[in-house]
Amino acid sequence: MGKLNYRVVVFLFAFIFGVVFSIPSLMQSTDSNTTGKKITLGLDLQGGLHMLLSVKTEVALESKLKSIGTSVKYNLEDEDIIFEDLKISDGKVVFELLDKDDAPKVDKLLQDKFKEVTIKKDALVYEMTLSPELAKKTEQHAIDQAVDTIRNRLNMFGLAEPTVAKQGKDKILVEVPGIKTAADEQRIRALIAKAAHLQMMAVDEDRFNRLYSMTDAEAKQYGDVILPDVADNRTKYLLYSIPILDGSMLTDAQVGYEKNGNRPLINFSLNGQGAKIFGDFTEKAAPTKARMAVVLDGQVYTAPHVQTRIGGGGVQITGDFTPEEAHDIAIALRSGALLAPVQVEEKRSVGPSLGADSIKASSIALIIGFVMVVIFMIIYYGMAGIVANTALIANLFLILAIMSLFGATLTLPGMAGIVLTVGMAVDANVIINERIRELLHEGASITKAIEQGYNNAFTAIWDANVTTLIAAVVLYAYGTGPIKGFALTISIGILASMLTAILGTHGIYQWLTPKIDKNRLGFWFGIKPKKGEK
Amino acid sequence: MEVFKYNQPIIGFMANAKKVGIFSVVMVLTSLVLLMTKGLNYGIDFAGGTVIQVKYEGNAPIEDVRKLLQKEKAYEGASVTFFGSDDEIAIRTKSTSKDVDVDVSDEIRTILAPTGKFKIRGVDMVGPAVGDELREQGLLAMLFSIIGILIYISFRFEWRFALASVMALMHDVTIALGSLALFQIDVNLPILAAILTILGYSLNDTVIVFDRIREGIRNIKSSNLNEIIDESVTRTLSRTTLTSLTTFFVVLTLYLFGGEILKGFSFTLLVGVVVGTYSSIFVASPILMWLNFSVSEFRAKEAAALKREKEKEKQRAMYEQGTM
Repeated sequence: MGKLNYRVVVFLFAFIFGVVFSIPSLMQSTDSNTTGKKITLGLDLQGGLHMLLSVKTEVALESKLKSIGTSVKYNLEDEDIIFEDLKISDGKVVFELLDKDDAPKVDKLLQDKFKEVTIKKDALVYEMTLSPELAKKTEQHAIDQAVDTIRNRLNMFGLAEPTVAKQGKDKILVEVPGIKTAADEQRIRALIAKAAHLQMMAVDEDRFNRLYSMTDAEAKQYGDVILPDVADNRTKYLLYSIPILDGSMLTDAQVGYEKNGNRPLINFSLNGQGAKIFGDFTEKAAPTKARMAVVLDGQVYTAPHVQTRIGGGGVQITGDFTPEEAHDIAIALRSGALLAPVQVEEKRSVGPSLGADSIKASSIALIIGFVMVVIFMIIYYGMAGIVANTALIANLFLILAIMSLFGATLTLPGMAGIVLTVGMAVDANVIINERIRELLHEGASITKAIEQGYNNAFTAIWDANVTTLIAAVVLYAYGTGPIKGFALTISIGILASMLTAILGTHGIYQWLTPKIDKNRLGFWFGIKPKKGEK
Repeated sequence: MEVFKYNQPIIGFMANAKKVGIFSVVMVLTSLVLLMTKGLNYGIDFAGGTVIQVKYEGNAPIEDVRKLLQKEKAYEGASVTFFGSDDEIAIRTKSTSKDVDVDVSDEIRTILAPTGKFKIRGVDMVGPAVGDELREQGLLAMLFSIIGILIYISFRFEWRFALASVMALMHDVTIALGSLALFQIDVNLPILAAILTILGYSLNDTVIVFDRIREGIRNIKSSNLNEIIDESVTRTLSRTTLTSLTTFFVVLTLYLFGGEILKGFSFTLLVGVVVGTYSSIFVASPILMWLNFSVSEFRAKEAAALKREKEKEKQRAMYEQGTM
């Protein structure tokens, strides 16, 4: 044997590195306690829910406009300014002044208090629209808030490692691994979609007896709104449309149980301001035993008669909940309301059994493909084939190790990428071996054939790998989800093969050179040069 | 073992370039006609829609499923096919739903309830807007990789090499797409990945042949491009065949054993490997000739570059010695 050279040392180091760091990933199916960084299996392999959501930002814009409208009304009334026809429509707040002399005062007020609103004035008619900046800010806020809210909800739900992230400008990527059944999946989707708009509303007791003959438009004239009961939507309630308070004043929500039984209920606490408003209201309502409705997402959950002043800010929602429903509602209330509803753009859900099947099928393909290549190389190249195979094995371990260290995700196309890498990684060694064979045929010495062979082969391998790498990197940049995984494994495979197939095998040959018998080229390189050739 | 002997006589590839060229043009034209008449069968990733994989306990009652779905207005055009085995079916429909909490799969589950015991194994739902975006991104990805490769090869070789390799590449990709149209394979994201892999693979092969031609220009005495090409391609024949075979067999195992989901992907790759190998041996080099590549010009350029390099080195040496 020759002396150990730096190439062999680097190769050995890479090999050991590859084996050590791929062990945690290789062992994860048999022993979940293995510590160390592992490759994360993609949702297509381990099963789970992947959704791309978009936010209905137009709803957020509308409610922003509404709050501007309310604020204008409040400010004008506060200043005793007379106006009429305050309307919110087509993305505009419109009103008309009655007294021309109020105009300067109104101009100043609007300018001071509504900085990011575009104001158009035509005689005494004012038109207010959101400025493009404010509209953009409102939309962004709605999206960011949705990301935070959904993330909080999923974290509280208690599943392992959900991912919620903004994707692109206005999409939300939600990935939840480890869902076992379709029912669980639906529960999670319901939790994500829940607006969780909580309102406490006073029942309009004066007009309540006319409720069932009243239309929605009529109710609106009185400043009321008709809402259905959650359990039976034929039961309706007539409520004052301006709520006593809403979910923004809530500090906590927990599942509890009724004293005399085990029906679940939800206890929630209000912050100081909320508690005061609630106390004041109950104090006023107690003498008449008026009712107060707890409304969640436009449905009345409970509407008890107020018996006495309730201080301290603790409130209960009862209803015919299952424990799961109570649990999910409490989570939604704690994480806050969604400013705007979300909708599905893309959904991929993979059951755990399908993922397991995919792992099995692609592993079988990988093993069969690998074994075929290995046997073929030995038959065709003899010892040189074994050297190439060593590099191939090191390559596989390196891919796994690098992916583990980066915590990369292995997807089904990623598995296909690894299989493909096996086919392509031997290419470098095929090129090198062919070059060495040529030189041996020309009668070069072993040492010269090896050195010259590597030299001749290098530019071809380099240029070919770089072009493939360019394609893989572009694919990574423009791909989504699983495709990114494919591009990633191919890229890592190419880089690893530069190290193992070029540097590594070169070192092994240099180390073996003194051993190589010039008369046994059939054994070492799989060729039998005819005497005449020399 | 040796398949191609060292003293393998040089094969006259260039003498047959015209015949091969006609064959390639016919293949490409046929593919284009197929693409225009039959068209690509875009799967849900690009066209939008829903695919639901349902696995029954025992054989899947596919006729019952079809009948039940036909009764529903929303699923009238739905296609129901076996998926890999007798107990598993795939339901494909154009409809999607935007609601997060109740979606198409929930509806299908209710509709299919009378057909027996089953499990929904997977649901893919893609809204139409997302599909358009993905298609656009796919085309951009292809365009940018081609531009990147053109630049790199122009830099490493010469612009005619770059153009020839990209033309060979388009040849391969067109034929691969044509075969997708011919067999009406669902074109989804993995197929896009396969097409981009073909792009890389075909280039890989072509670059290795071109590298040998570049070497041939430097070492072979003749200035006849055809002779240089013939000798270089013959010399790389062994490598091209071997690598293509190993890759082909590995992709074949993926096609046979990799499961239903990877079928379309590995099929595309199989076509790509065959066409890519053919084009790197027979197509890419003649294009070089048709682009009027001049051996003497290339040699002159290389000599000039070498001279400049030497000049620089000389100056550097002088500088280091302190003479400048």
